[in-house]
Amino acid sequence: MSETTATTAPSANEPKLAPEPEGRSRSNQVFSDIVNGSFVISILAVLFALVIGAILIAVTNEDVQAASGYFFAAPGDTFGAIWNAVSGAYGALFQGSIYNFRRDGFLDGIKPLTETLTFATPLIAAALGIGIAFRVGLFNIGGRGQMLIAAACAGWVGFSFQLPWGVHLIVALVAGIAGGALWGGLVGFLKARTGAHEVILTIMLNYVAFYLISWMLRTPGLLQKPGSVNPKSPAMFETATLPEILGPRYNLHLGFLLVIAATFFAWWLLNRSSLGFQFRAVGENPNAARVAGINVKNTYVYAMLISGGLVGLAGVMQVLGTVTTGFSAGIDAGIGFDAITVALLGRSKPWGIFAAGILFGAFKAGGFAMQAAEGIPVDIVTVVQSMIVLFIAAPPLIRAVFFLPKQGARRRLLPNVSKEVAAK
Amino acid sequence: MTTTTASESVSASLESASIKSWKAPIAYAIFSLIAIVLFVVNGRDGVSRFRLSNDADVIQLAPIDNPTRLTCVLLVVLLVAITAYAAWLSSRAKRAPLWLTILFALAFMWAFLTWAAAGETIPITGLLLGTVALSAPLIFGSLGGVISERVGVVNVAIEGQLLAGAFLSAFVASVTGNPWVGLVAAMVAGVLVSFLLAAFSIKYIVDQVIVGVVLNVLVAGLTSFLYSTVLTSNTPLFNSPPRFPRISIPFLSEIPILGPVLFRQTIIIYCMYIAVFVVWWALFRTKWGLRLRAVGEHPQAADTVGIKVNATRFWNVALAGAIAGFGGAYFTLGSVGGFTKEMTAGAGFIALAAVIFGRWDPIRATLAALLFGFATNLQNVLGAIGSGVPSEFLLMLPYVVTIFAVAGLVGYVRGPAASGKPYIKA
Repeated sequence: MSETTATTAPSANEPKLAPEPEGRSRSNQVFSDIVNGSFVISILAVLFALVIGAILIAVTNEDVQAASGYFFAAPGDTFGAIWNAVSGAYGALFQGSIYNFRRDGFLDGIKPLTETLTFATPLIAAALGIGIAFRVGLFNIGGRGQMLIAAACAGWVGFSFQLPWGVHLIVALVAGIAGGALWGGLVGFLKARTGAHEVILTIMLNYVAFYLISWMLRTPGLLQKPGSVNPKSPAMFETATLPEILGPRYNLHLGFLLVIAATFFAWWLLNRSSLGFQFRAVGENPNAARVAGINVKNTYVYAMLISGGLVGLAGVMQVLGTVTTGFSAGIDAGIGFDAITVALLGRSKPWGIFAAGILFGAFKAGGFAMQAAEGIPVDIVTVVQSMIVLFIAAPPLIRAVFFLPKQGARRRLLPNVSKEVAAK
Repeated sequence: MTTTTASESVSASLESASIKSWKAPIAYAIFSLIAIVLFVVNGRDGVSRFRLSNDADVIQLAPIDNPTRLTCVLLVVLLVAITAYAAWLSSRAKRAPLWLTILFALAFMWAFLTWAAAGETIPITGLLLGTVALSAPLIFGSLGGVISERVGVVNVAIEGQLLAGAFLSAFVASVTGNPWVGLVAAMVAGVLVSFLLAAFSIKYIVDQVIVGVVLNVLVAGLTSFLYSTVLTSNTPLFNSPPRFPRISIPFLSEIPILGPVLFRQTIIIYCMYIAVFVVWWALFRTKWGLRLRAVGEHPQAADTVGIKVNATRFWNVALAGAIAGFGGAYFTLGSVGGFTKEMTAGAGFIALAAVIFGRWDPIRATLAALLFGFATNLQNVLGAIGSGVPSEFLLMLPYVVTIFAVAGLVGYVRGPAASGKPYIKA
């Protein structure tokens, strides 16, 4: 294919653009590849978002406000206060999410990093589910409902049956994933059968699931802890909980390994399986997919089943890994919505989602540390996170902010075709 | 000659095949079944009293006393009859008309209220009064959604616009001590969110749904952050806005039932009546509306006749933000008072559902929003009199009804053709 283009191209106007000084064009090519690469844009987007976060922290800091009252008398005070506020905040964020220098020894110092991975675990699982739905062109806002149903199913298995070690965990996992898959698959089924809009269905099913679980949690005999009046379930049996993989010193549990496996599964599904090919085809253009003989309606059902199952996995991890002492109706902890931003940041690609999930896990772990140490509300983390996604989605904006050359400005002068010709 | 008859017969068979839809009767049947199980099998005895007037009203209406069991049985018979009629219509390849659905819904609602209020009194005016009030932010939000989507920009950021409006109106009204300035501030806040939505989706061509979702998160984070750092640092100064008083319109407010419900409200609600009408009229009866819809349906065609597509989109999305932001002011200046974290609690998403449920039509979207408001207030009222239903199921009701309505009655909805698609001039 490239041969034919290579041979036909020289007759067009293309080669006129190619002859440029050899050295300059190559270094320019390398430079523009690096600058236009999504990796650099991603790093700059994170940086830019952190700068805006720093401005917010500085403006709302009381010392800075006090010092800026006499800014022209002693400007150094203001800058000092800004430095103290911002460096304190981001220092705490780092120490809460990666390595704590104040603790003695490496094993204690590294604990924040394991916390980051623990926070990232359910986020990645849920974001994988939402990302797969995105690839099919479906917008799954129903993460909350799917997580709640999955958590209730897994939790019910976890606290009401006595099963041997290993079997119990597997049964609970399967029950939870099946619950999430069914709650998600219901959306796919209704969309395929009746054409109902999946955004409405998932929003509505979130509320239905929330009130259903709330009712079950306060009704004796269903999910409520016997002899209690609180809307809370009993604690899980030891055999059903996800074991801690790095020993009792850390909270990191088996779920993290499961999430790695799930990421691999999602990658394989989307990029190597025929079902994944159908998913992507429907996501790119449902009409073309239909003409090509793909059953679009069934694809919607399968996609939502798998999406709901993966989001359900996140719910299972919450109830069997994070909070094993019994769950309430808030067990989803907003992960269903956070996962949407994670999936967007990861551009709906499994390993991208994995990396984005770890970044957001770090923000979550560090945000709580920052709130405790510096008294800065954890909401600043949400602001920074959402700005990262916005900026990454708009590379032209980042280029404009950092005075980078426009994408394609150089590329158009050096088409691949002419290079092949030159090589001949 | 033969070809024309052949094609005619094909088109005729296609027509009859496409029209024969069993969705409506199936949906009716499911609700009838629920009604039979709840209201007849689990029937309750007693008298359900519906109070139609307040003590202070000039014209007093006598309360209606329904014998609970008898009323329920009669209404369930009516529901079954409507279902059978709809099934008969479907078998004759006719659609169930809208009035049938409305009649069905009213009968079901009446049966439900009667059943839930056995031995108790339900204040009908109070129920409807709260409905109008609770629907206000949903209606403003869905009007903003309708305008934005009709011009071709999907507006998932309604939640963010409402929240920003609520925040800034509370802050500005507290500092200035003037709710009117707060109202203007709410619109400004909505416009600011819209500017972001428009800039990212029109200039930087980011997927509009993504921008909307992220803006919701951004506004929620920003308002929560500023609430914790600024508003709570000095609550009397920054977060105690004056509220609009209720205004009774003379004469109109004395009409039985309707008067107290519609004409004893705050200024925000009166603005809402005007806004619904103006948006509907402007969208479908003015040059502005025609251009707006042209840009949303077929931007190339609009561009060809000289309409500036992206400018039209930008400014109308800003207008949509102003309307939604206005609705956000209801949370602080109209009902609650001070701002609290994430106080809109998903109202923007419900408004979005109302937009789609109402098929991108301002009047229908308003009706859908009223349905949500009614269900929310129903739970409040029934919770107060203590009916036998767990409150969670009442809270669930509007969402279940929406699922049925969207799956059964609305079905394949078609939004503005170019909604969500950026226009790049070749």
